[in-house]
Amino acid sequence: MTALTVERVWKEYGDQIVLENISLEVAPRAFVALVGPSGCGKTTFLRMLLGQEQPTRGRILLDGAPLPPEPGPDRGVVYQRYSVFPHLTVLGNVMFGPELRASRRLGRTFGATRRRIEEQARTMIGEVGLEGAETKYPAQLSGGMQQRLALAQALMMQPRVLLLDEPFGALDPGIRADIHVLMKRLWNEVPMTVVMVTHDLREAFSLATRIIAFERTRTRTEELERYGATITKDIVLWPPRVAGQRTMFEIDTLPGRDDPALFAAPSGTTR
Amino acid sequence: MRWINRRPSRGATLVLHCLPFALLIVAYLIGSAIRLEANPNDKLLPSLATLADTVNRMAFQPDPRTGDYLLWSDTAASLWRLFAGLGISTALALVIGLLIGLLPVMRATLAPFIAFVSMVPPLALLPILFIVMGLGEASKIALIVIGVAPILIRDLSLSAQALPREQIVKAETLSASTWLIGLRVVLPQVLPRLLTSLRLQLGPAFLFLIAAEAISADSGLGYRIFLVRRYLSMDVIFPYVAWITLLAVIGDRLIDLARRRVFPWSELEGAR
Repeated sequence: MTALTVERVWKEYGDQIVLENISLEVAPRAFVALVGPSGCGKTTFLRMLLGQEQPTRGRILLDGAPLPPEPGPDRGVVYQRYSVFPHLTVLGNVMFGPELRASRRLGRTFGATRRRIEEQARTMIGEVGLEGAETKYPAQLSGGMQQRLALAQALMMQPRVLLLDEPFGALDPGIRADIHVLMKRLWNEVPMTVVMVTHDLREAFSLATRIIAFERTRTRTEELERYGATITKDIVLWPPRVAGQRTMFEIDTLPGRDDPALFAAPSGTTR
Repeated sequence: MRWINRRPSRGATLVLHCLPFALLIVAYLIGSAIRLEANPNDKLLPSLATLADTVNRMAFQPDPRTGDYLLWSDTAASLWRLFAGLGISTALALVIGLLIGLLPVMRATLAPFIAFVSMVPPLALLPILFIVMGLGEASKIALIVIGVAPILIRDLSLSAQALPREQIVKAETLSASTWLIGLRVVLPQVLPRLLTSLRLQLGPAFLFLIAAEAISADSGLGYRIFLVRRYLSMDVIFPYVAWITLLAVIGDRLIDLARRRVFPWSELEGAR
């Protein structure tokens, strides 16, 4: 049983080969971190998982079925920027997905349906720690709060796969550590598989169950165009992290003490 | 202190705002006084008393021939044409602009055509409009639409295309159909921009209105100006020009006020 299967996928733009021969099987509820240097095709790969772009060759299966050629509600996404809608309030953003799903004509719900969705949305807003900000617009939120909002908005659709494109890259370290705690908790509690693109190796090792490195193996100038990046490292964390269970080490951070400065060293290892 | 760092206080800002207007009025009064001294019957720069007299006659006394209060009946006729023209243009811009901005197929079909049409000089079409649609209201409204709509359409489709692709994809992952993306993601975000470009098109709209009225009409602000021009009645023309300008300024402010009220998020920094 695999959540995602990638079979011999190539991606080319005209003559430029970006990714070559990527094969990958991702277990359900895994948290995969994609790392690699800039321009190695991590984001392109994520876009193919999202359905925004198609592989030139090969195919991608989600729970055994071929991926539809366009984005859909089974795959959620959080980008570094532009993930939330500037014209909707926090509550409006979180309610947006369920409202669209419930009302195919107007995209708005009324009465009992609306109250039910609003209740779910308020619970979700509480989950990600945004209580009290329901009536604010995204531009009135800090970067960290915007990303919390983006996570809440995506999770309302209960996606099977959550795709994260450098979601915490623009946040400063303290905020980032807080949102890592949130991300870990969500991954433990929500039945979903996560694929995250990141530049930050420490982030990759402190969140993921498995780390996959994309790299170009041929880098001479005349080779750059005709050889793409491929998987060069595939590291499964040891001791294994399993969603919803504790690791061999009882806890990652002491209760009430999530200061990253105190626990930075252990959380950067292969724990 | 460098000039680039000097900021006027609030009081000084107010004075500076009024200064150019005051200078203009003073210049007019001096010019008028000089000319009237040389020739008391001079019509080019009438005195304040004459202007006030004329405004009183046009605005507050019924015209002996028709019984209308001319300034108000002219204003009503012109504003009706203006609203009709701008309303039709806005409706066209919303439908066509959104289609072009949203759907690659419609963009391929219509974008080059609209770009082409928007380059046709509308005033050159005026004779055709008069011949085809007659001398009534239709041809005047049509001129405003032809002049304003293509620019609104292009502006709207450009701002729809300028929305980050991420937002569209995000909406798709939230189960939105093409229709729902248009209705709930793109439309609300381009409306503030539409209002702003409508503000910018007020000037051209008045231009086309007055051009059409100048050639053929029986009422309207532009009609009156071009009617009394034969008698060198600057005492009518000056107040009418000032009145048209004032109407345009009020329209501009009202539209901006509406944008802020209806779309409070469009004022926030970083909202776009």
